[in-house]
Amino acid sequence: MNLQVQIDEGNNGSVVHLSGEIDVYTAPKLKDALLPLTKQKGTLLEVDLTHVNYMDSTGLGVFINALKSSNEHECKFKLINLQDRVYRLFQITGLHEIMDLNSTIRGVDE
Amino acid sequence: MDTKDLDARSYTDLLKGYIKTQDERALYGAEQISKSFIKNNILPEEIVNLHIQALLEIYPDLHELIQPSMNFLLEAMISYGLAHQEYQQLREKQLELRSEIHLAARMQQILLQSEIPQTDDLDIGVISVPANQMNGDYHHFVRGKDGSINIAIADIIGKGIPAALSMSMIKYAMDSFPESEMSTNAILKSLNRVVERNVDPSMFITMFYATYKPDSGKLFYSSAGHEPGFFYSSKANRFKEIEAKGLVLGVKPDTTYSQYELELNKDDMVILLTDGVTECRKGDQFIERDEVLEVIRTYMHLPAQEIVNRVYRHFERIQNFQLKDDFTLVILKKVV
Repeated sequence: MNLQVQIDEGNNGSVVHLSGEIDVYTAPKLKDALLPLTKQKGTLLEVDLTHVNYMDSTGLGVFINALKSSNEHECKFKLINLQDRVYRLFQITGLHEIMDLNSTIRGVDE
Repeated sequence: MDTKDLDARSYTDLLKGYIKTQDERALYGAEQISKSFIKNNILPEEIVNLHIQALLEIYPDLHELIQPSMNFLLEAMISYGLAHQEYQQLREKQLELRSEIHLAARMQQILLQSEIPQTDDLDIGVISVPANQMNGDYHHFVRGKDGSINIAIADIIGKGIPAALSMSMIKYAMDSFPESEMSTNAILKSLNRVVERNVDPSMFITMFYATYKPDSGKLFYSSAGHEPGFFYSSKANRFKEIEAKGLVLGVKPDTTYSQYELELNKDDMVILLTDGVTECRKGDQFIERDEVLEVIRTYMHLPAQEIVNRVYRHFERIQNFQLKDDFTLVILKKVV
């Protein structure tokens, strides 16, 4: 399974649309796409996870990295449209309390 | 004649044969000889040279312009020759590194070994199997002076050396705690500060830390974002998820944790695991957490070590003996 990364850049920030699986194999690609965007001061970075049906802990590591970097560079970092299975990971790890996540959607790919 | 001369001879013969017949057999011969070249470290420019010599032997009156053109080709191959030599050196280096990593992994295993404490109260079973060389899962037992038993189970997320070093860091930090006097949440709070200092920003650790006090029969525990374990109540004959909130280690320096408690009665069980257990895949499908419990239920009449061994074998089998993630399962069974 692969991960597609599509970046839409707007005036005040970017939306990154992901689709596929985030795991040990695809995480480096995600990291390379995401990290530069977290270093743009005063912007909003949204990551749309509507079409991510699987993510493992390596994926969480990338988002933790992005969160730290965006805090450091005063960029707003937000994850949107998480599927249940993916949201559960954020919940177990307590990350849902320190990250900006918006409402969960039901697994659309199931 | 050494292999080089032998190859030179057969190269000429093969070329001769091919020019005459242009059949597959001669081409197959070329394929074989190419393998022999690689094996004997023959450089590309040497092959071109061999070709020139062979041509001259077959066609003593070779067109006078062909030969300089071949010399030109020979020059053009020289960088490839150098690249090939570099590749050989890198290969050797890689083998060296691999054996060093293997050694480091074995050393880590020895350093991190934790003996299962023997007690009259609890029957403890543990299995921890790495998917790759380095195990990202970690478990640790410490017996306190007052007879209490401390259990840590953790999953280090992050790769390679930083993760391995961090694992040793937490082990030594834990060994240095005056464990029997510290609450489980205070221990996680201290460990979080240790992990937070790690250099790799995408590395983090999930950990479940528990202390069993034999006097009261109570289990005190805290979780740093770890995959929830299960409590089996013998009286109710039911499994229940062990709920505990807390952020993973290594994300925020000032994180605090809560301590929870559970009373264990005879034949109750506590099941601690890592996500390698719950994220087993059966073909394309993930197994459900309930499936893990069903398997445990099948074997729960056995001693704790037998249960974890059988459960592991079950999931190893359904994944065709190829673990995707490290697998760690700890079972505590209260026997009195």
